[in-house]
Amino acid sequence: MNRLNTGPGFVPAPLAQLPWLVILLVCAIGGFGVLVLLSAAGGDLKWAQPQGARFLVFLGMALVLSRVRENIWSTLAFPLYGIFLVMLIGVELLGAVAGGSQRWLDLGFIRLQPSEMMKVAIILACAKFYDMLPAGEIRKFGAIWPALAMIAVPAALVMLQPDLGTALMITAGGITVMFLAGVPLRLFIGSGLALAVSVPILVNYVLHEYQRNRVLTFLDPESDPLGTGYHISQSKIAIGSGGIFGKGFLNGTQSHLDYLPEGHTDFALATMMEEWGLMGGLFVIIAYGLLIRWGIVVGVRSNSKFGKLVAAGIATTIFFYVFINMAMVMGLAPVVGIPLPLISFGGSAQMTILICIGILMSLDRQNRLNRATTRW
Amino acid sequence: MSGPVRMISEAQQSYSFSRRAVLLGGIQATAGLVLAGRMTWLAVYENDKYKLLAESNRVNLTLIPPRRGWLVDRNGAPIANNRTDFRVDIIPDRLEKESKGQVLAQLRDLLKLTAEDLARIEEDLKGAAGFQPVQVAENLDWERFAAVSVRLPELPGVAPTRGFARNYPAGAAVGHLVGYVGAATAEQFKASKDPLLVTPGFKLGKDGLEKMLEGPLRGKAGAKRVEVTARGKLVRELATRPDEPGQTIRLTIDAGLQEFAARRLGNESGSCTVFDVTNGNILAMVSMPAYDPNALSDGISRSEWKMLSQDDHLPLMNKTLQGLYPPGSTFKPATALAILGAGVDPSRVIYCNGGYQLGNRRFGCLGRHGPMTMHTAIARSCNTYFYTLGREIGIEPIAAAARKLGFGAEFELPLPSQRYGTIPDTAWKMRRYKQDWTQADTLNAAIGQGYVLVSPFQLALSAARVASGRELLPSLLAGKRKPASRLAFPEEHLAIVRSGMDEVVNGHGTAGASKLQLDGIRMGGKTGTAQVRRIMDRNRGQGGDWKYRDHGLFVCFAPVDNPRYAASVVIEHGMGGARAAAPVAKDVLTFLFDKQKALDTLAVLENGWGGDIRARMATRDAAFRAAQGLPAAKPTPGASPLPQPTPSATATPMPAATPTATPTPAASPSPQGPDE
Repeated sequence: MNRLNTGPGFVPAPLAQLPWLVILLVCAIGGFGVLVLLSAAGGDLKWAQPQGARFLVFLGMALVLSRVRENIWSTLAFPLYGIFLVMLIGVELLGAVAGGSQRWLDLGFIRLQPSEMMKVAIILACAKFYDMLPAGEIRKFGAIWPALAMIAVPAALVMLQPDLGTALMITAGGITVMFLAGVPLRLFIGSGLALAVSVPILVNYVLHEYQRNRVLTFLDPESDPLGTGYHISQSKIAIGSGGIFGKGFLNGTQSHLDYLPEGHTDFALATMMEEWGLMGGLFVIIAYGLLIRWGIVVGVRSNSKFGKLVAAGIATTIFFYVFINMAMVMGLAPVVGIPLPLISFGGSAQMTILICIGILMSLDRQNRLNRATTRW
Repeated sequence: MSGPVRMISEAQQSYSFSRRAVLLGGIQATAGLVLAGRMTWLAVYENDKYKLLAESNRVNLTLIPPRRGWLVDRNGAPIANNRTDFRVDIIPDRLEKESKGQVLAQLRDLLKLTAEDLARIEEDLKGAAGFQPVQVAENLDWERFAAVSVRLPELPGVAPTRGFARNYPAGAAVGHLVGYVGAATAEQFKASKDPLLVTPGFKLGKDGLEKMLEGPLRGKAGAKRVEVTARGKLVRELATRPDEPGQTIRLTIDAGLQEFAARRLGNESGSCTVFDVTNGNILAMVSMPAYDPNALSDGISRSEWKMLSQDDHLPLMNKTLQGLYPPGSTFKPATALAILGAGVDPSRVIYCNGGYQLGNRRFGCLGRHGPMTMHTAIARSCNTYFYTLGREIGIEPIAAAARKLGFGAEFELPLPSQRYGTIPDTAWKMRRYKQDWTQADTLNAAIGQGYVLVSPFQLALSAARVASGRELLPSLLAGKRKPASRLAFPEEHLAIVRSGMDEVVNGHGTAGASKLQLDGIRMGGKTGTAQVRRIMDRNRGQGGDWKYRDHGLFVCFAPVDNPRYAASVVIEHGMGGARAAAPVAKDVLTFLFDKQKALDTLAVLENGWGGDIRARMATRDAAFRAAQGLPAAKPTPGASPLPQPTPSATATPMPAATPTATPTPAASPSPQGPDE
């Protein structure tokens, strides 16, 4: 998709080797996100400016990551997983000491959310596990429980924070890698059925009060229009009232008059669609669709099992972000607190997504290098 | 390092990956399509619905209470109108819990609220929900209103409004007639769900004409469309639809006469009703003492209410329609018409030796009148004459004549309650007491005692019917009506009764002292004294405790030769018609022919009573508050009429003799007569 010939020319080779189309796509989404935040603040730069600045920093970081070789990722997979797991426990302990739920570690220059990083680390770690596992073992029990354990521990820790959305994403990311690695299909179907049975039990006994309310409200948002259903109702009003072409930039009333809660974070899509309409929504879906498709293609083209699993797993993680957020904003899923990457205000998700893209670019580069080597 | 079997399975694994990646991609593409479909559904197919919802979010419709229609008198003078009202409310939903204390403290300082006011506001806030405003203060002067208005940013939840409040220029003089207005009750709101009912400043009729004419008086609410944020902060005004004021309703009342009559009743507990004899229009309908409708419309305090409800002069009761009294001798015109109708010669002489003997029971007369004809019997109010002839003709013709004059009936009036009283006959007594009618009952009824009960309103109407000879129907709302048909009494009979009534005032009659002091205008009348206790009592109701004294009644019409006006005056416990009621009637009728003369008389009287109605009510209020250990008059009226036009009267308030109203906790006696 993004192969530019590395022939002689005025452009220096490293620069010419960059996947420009992907960078363009990411910039289009990120730039659009900045515009949305500009409008969410009523024309004020208070959100757009830091978001834009951070975007550039993280994009640069992604480009640096794109130079990392695949075998480095492979080597770092378990250590990274370990580090973030320790940090998750640290956050948990800190929270217990401070007497409240805390999700981030203050490292001085940045507030790091280990749960956010875990979304990527779990993919790397699971992919590494299946990479190391001989293919013949894949249908055995030994191929399943270590991966499940690797997923369950961080997911449980995040659940304790409590952060249902992130816990779900970590689980989904890990399970996706298991699925792609070839764990027998019947296990997925079986556990899917088991989940369908256990969800009501889970909702009633495991979830926190506010989480349970969100889920129940999702099932019937109008039952509580001023309580927890308020978010979904107002978000649907914002999207629905936007129509095909929207009310125009800076003309949204739901967001500017504060009817839409969290209009610059989790519900940024609603803010955007009120002003840009269906066209804006389809633009975001198509842009992310292309990005995710590219990610999966990178995986399919990869020569190594690790590369395949990481690329497809990361692409799916991006998909989960986008899908869960959009479904939630449009009233198709409960409000679980997952942002729309690159558009919602907030550095953590922005960083995670651009790290994902950096890793994908690095694998893409590896693919091209491999092809070049074989050609030579 | 890799065996052949493993090689194959690595290839298989790679193949499996590709298949599963494609499957995953397919699922993701499908999910993308679902999202796009959902978007399209919301934004295209449900666009109209959500547009509407977004609009209803954004736009807040504030109702503007309609200006209430005026009530004007026959000449267009206002009886009830509206004045500008500055008020401050709290919208409970917008009052944040953390800042509540600070907001109330600031309001207290700005509006100079008393502890009493604050307690009420706190209590109201507890029971309040949502957007239903809680009143902080109304009738504010501009300075205090402006002080709140400019500090609005620091006062979340506080809503100052400039509206209109009901104003009754004549105050208590029209109290029972017009009633008063007040905020709708929770039940009324539940029943109608009309948001206007809970709009700050909106009031509806609670009693009297205000209640009965609510429909035409209310008008249509205006609306202000404003753009608001989710927190209720106003962004900008979009459009305003002005209110449609209610209809102005013209009454038959003569405002000047109404006020004069009210003032002339002085400190008595009484009533006065005046009819236009030519068409049945009610010119005045006064019951005193009365509440000040201005005060009641603003909402009165518990202590004020207590004072009103404990007063033995019954200021909360409209005595013209709801007070029932034995008419006493004012009933004699009806008996006289019955006697004439039975064919008795009016010149027939009955000898009065001071009473009438029925078996072993003697029915007393008020004097030894000697030989009496109908003319002299009416003039001197001789009971013996009416005992004798009443017994001769029996109760049925008497009851029939009384009903023809309007006794025992209810009339169509835009007022909430009327009592029709009792005109007894044999069937009635059987129905009511399961007893046969006796001769003694007839004797009592013939002189308007016993079971007979009438309202002051009916008394005035009967006088108007006798004076006009027509079956007048009362009306309170101005407008053409078809002329009333003739009464079923021969004109010569009516003329005999009228000449007897002329004699009462202008000849050798019971009310000679109340002759009109006007050239060429004579008043005909009939006095009456209704016993509160049996006539055998020691002091015969002429002294002792106020509440056991006789009622004084008087019916009249003028001018005698060509009747124009008819009236009734009832003074509770006034001890006699000639003594208490006739002088009032005389002045009221004088007012109709010579205003200045009547006002001069009144000025002298009011000086003696301690000022006009307003001044005396203020004195009484102060006395009551002192007796209850309450702080003197409200220093800063959060709810008291401020910008009121000063009454036209010259009398200045002076703390003269406080009237009789240091209320006794004992139950007030009903204004009904003896229960024999």
